[in-house]
Amino acid sequence: MALSKEQIAQRIAKELRDGYYVNLGIGIPTLVANYIPEGINVVLQSENGLLGMGPFPPEGEEDPDLINAGKQTITTVPGSAFFDSAMSFGMIRAGKVDLTVLGAMEVSENGDIANWKIPGKMVKGMGGAMDLVASANNIIVAMMHTNPKGESKLLPQCSLPLTGVKCVKKIVSDLAVLDVTPRGFKLLERAPGVSVEEIKNKTLGKMIVEGDVPEMEV
Amino acid sequence: MNKVVANAEEAVKDIMDGAVLMLGGFGLCGIPENSIAALVRKGVKNLTCISNNAGVDDFGIGLMLKQKQVKKMISSYVGENAEFERQLLSGELEVELIPQGTLATRCLAAGYGMPAVFTPAGAGTEVAAGKETRNFNGKDYLLESAFEADFAIVKAWKGDTLGNLIYRETARNFNPLMAMAGKTTIAEVEKLVEPGELDPNIIHTPGIYVHRIFEGINYEKRIEQRTVRKYK
Repeated sequence: MALSKEQIAQRIAKELRDGYYVNLGIGIPTLVANYIPEGINVVLQSENGLLGMGPFPPEGEEDPDLINAGKQTITTVPGSAFFDSAMSFGMIRAGKVDLTVLGAMEVSENGDIANWKIPGKMVKGMGGAMDLVASANNIIVAMMHTNPKGESKLLPQCSLPLTGVKCVKKIVSDLAVLDVTPRGFKLLERAPGVSVEEIKNKTLGKMIVEGDVPEMEV
Repeated sequence: MNKVVANAEEAVKDIMDGAVLMLGGFGLCGIPENSIAALVRKGVKNLTCISNNAGVDDFGIGLMLKQKQVKKMISSYVGENAEFERQLLSGELEVELIPQGTLATRCLAAGYGMPAVFTPAGAGTEVAAGKETRNFNGKDYLLESAFEADFAIVKAWKGDTLGNLIYRETARNFNPLMAMAGKTTIAEVEKLVEPGELDPNIIHTPGIYVHRIFEGINYEKRIEQRTVRKYK
């Protein structure tokens, strides 16, 4: 069975380590905050200017001055800090953020990512995505393995305009966990009940399979 | 030295057609509501607006778009605005999309007196077209120029009559950067106080950067995405 979006988030949460500063993108990545493992403390960065993002506020306590990068009302946790947008992207550029999780439309076998523009459709802009992918040392992409038409999103080369080049380190899709290596996508884990064959069929880019590929624990 | 003006009308009175403006805020958070309303009433046209976003249909910069006052937007993300999309597709509006961190850094460069900076965002993508790319320590960077804006219009939480400003929570965002970057900087604040009433240790924008200041009225502070949790 392919993973649900919640399960993708749950699997990515296992990559968190105690003390990490983490930036979570919009969509599935946001859900990762719901599955932070017991005993692990991470600090969430919101690129509009906050370290120490907390959960949504209780009803009636929404504060219009306190939002996340998705423009949602949020709260802070004890020990949080506010800063301006230049410092926010400064800490991203300087590699201070340990893990960045974001969505993608396409990823290529050399780690290029496309997630901001579809030619011919209304272009809303890249927001902070280009800054994040250009600078983060550790980028995990959370996405569906195929697009709504059933076509692979893991490609030899991206067909859409790029957001960044050679930057993605790991992909967690609804079907598999893969590392991006100099030799292509390396299959590490498969979703429960999903065969290596099925993943191969839905991965257009070069994929390496070595030995037995275990099922994910979710 | 008198930086205090009576209201938003007076603050924006010499903003003329064709001006290049910086407008603070992220989404609708920390936007200069009073000044935008005054610009809409003034009806000034052919503006170039540097702002992370373009408001929504009936609030923020969206109000200026509706009156067709904006010739060009320089932003990082412009969703959530149907009128914006219509003007863009019909060719009435010119848009330059740039990475959010690049936008922030081009403001910073202007405020720090640096003509340009190197940033990796967009290297190897279409954003790099026409820009100098240089490799430092094995990584490509783009040369990005400092913005030049006639006016920066920002919103702060508290300010004093000398122009010292303090922002609140994530309403800080681009405001202090733009405050540093305008040839003329206009600050609207929720509370205007006398010199000495703000702790000098916690000033975000020193008054040297601010030319005009006024206390705004009737802040709506609209929430774009109201999200709450069910449990306490």
